[in-house]
Amino acid sequence: MTTPLQVTTARLRIPVTERDHVRGPADAPVTIVEYGDFQCRFCGAAYPNLAEVLRQRADVVRLAYRHFPITNVHPYAESAAEAAEAAGERGRFWEMHDWLYEHQDQLDPVHLSLGVEQLGLPPEEVGAEVGRQAHADRVRQDFVGGIRSGVNGTPTLFVNDVRHDGGYELAELLAVVDAAANA
Amino acid sequence: MSDPNGLITPGQVAPGFTLPASPDGREVGPGQFRGRPVVLAFYPADWTPVCGDQMALYQAALPELERYDAVLLGISVDSVDSHRAFAESRGIRFPLLADFEPKGEVSRRYGAYAPRGQSDRALVVIDPDGRVAWSHLSPPEVNPGVDGILDALEQLGTDRRVGAR
Repeated sequence: MTTPLQVTTARLRIPVTERDHVRGPADAPVTIVEYGDFQCRFCGAAYPNLAEVLRQRADVVRLAYRHFPITNVHPYAESAAEAAEAAGERGRFWEMHDWLYEHQDQLDPVHLSLGVEQLGLPPEEVGAEVGRQAHADRVRQDFVGGIRSGVNGTPTLFVNDVRHDGGYELAELLAVVDAAANA
Repeated sequence: MSDPNGLITPGQVAPGFTLPASPDGREVGPGQFRGRPVVLAFYPADWTPVCGDQMALYQAALPELERYDAVLLGISVDSVDSHRAFAESRGIRFPLLADFEPKGEVSRRYGAYAPRGQSDRALVVIDPDGRVAWSHLSPPEVNPGVDGILDALEQLGTDRRVGAR
């Protein structure tokens, strides 16, 4: 007797709430939840495509971003995620998120601090919060919720709670969003 | 095709073994951890070229497995030397076991060996008494993630608390 191969369709177990960082209309019929790692180049490649999906389907889709740093492979991913949370406490999560994905080769402490300053945030305060890991619990909660939902690498997207197991090209993402909107 | 006898199933006694493991080649096997759940993660090969690498993910998720007092052992037919270099490059600190000589012998005993000459991508959770509690076979190209393991460990904890009453 052979064992059948087992592939389960993973579903999001942690619903999107007001604690999430969400970009796009609150009443959008389609919600994409991204589990991402700021140092992952595949996330970096998906970033402009997701931005374009939000632009082209502005009334249809919203994006929630959750942290999934694989720190043993990406040594700057954790501090980048915590810096984004520090910015988020100051109402600037998405600006920091965008800066990080647009400067993936500049996530070391010196450049990160310059980026924080560029955004008009206080680099010393943010640096101190990252230094004492003030936002580590939040990042860890995202990560743990991710693995319980079947996140198996980055980026992992859930489209209306169903894991998207395809690619991250713009055309494919638009098709997936349109299918979910018409479901 | 996978092993014609199929992957080992829940309730069976987990075959005992030791294999040389990263980083230093010492012999490691599930019998050394009796009293704790042991997770065996069979995988086809070191050096898969993706960020979503299963063993790298498992290192990141290890603290969650350890909340269940579980031990995680990775197993492939790669040599200890390959395992050591791979583990260093991905920051993997749990043991990677070399099912290298005779090639694939342990994987075969668990029904987790593919005729192409690699271990299957298969997960086996062994309970603290040495019986298989859960097993899962993935397509070789699909990283099964950690959720199934955590569900199995959680179930194991629940069953044992009920059983202890």
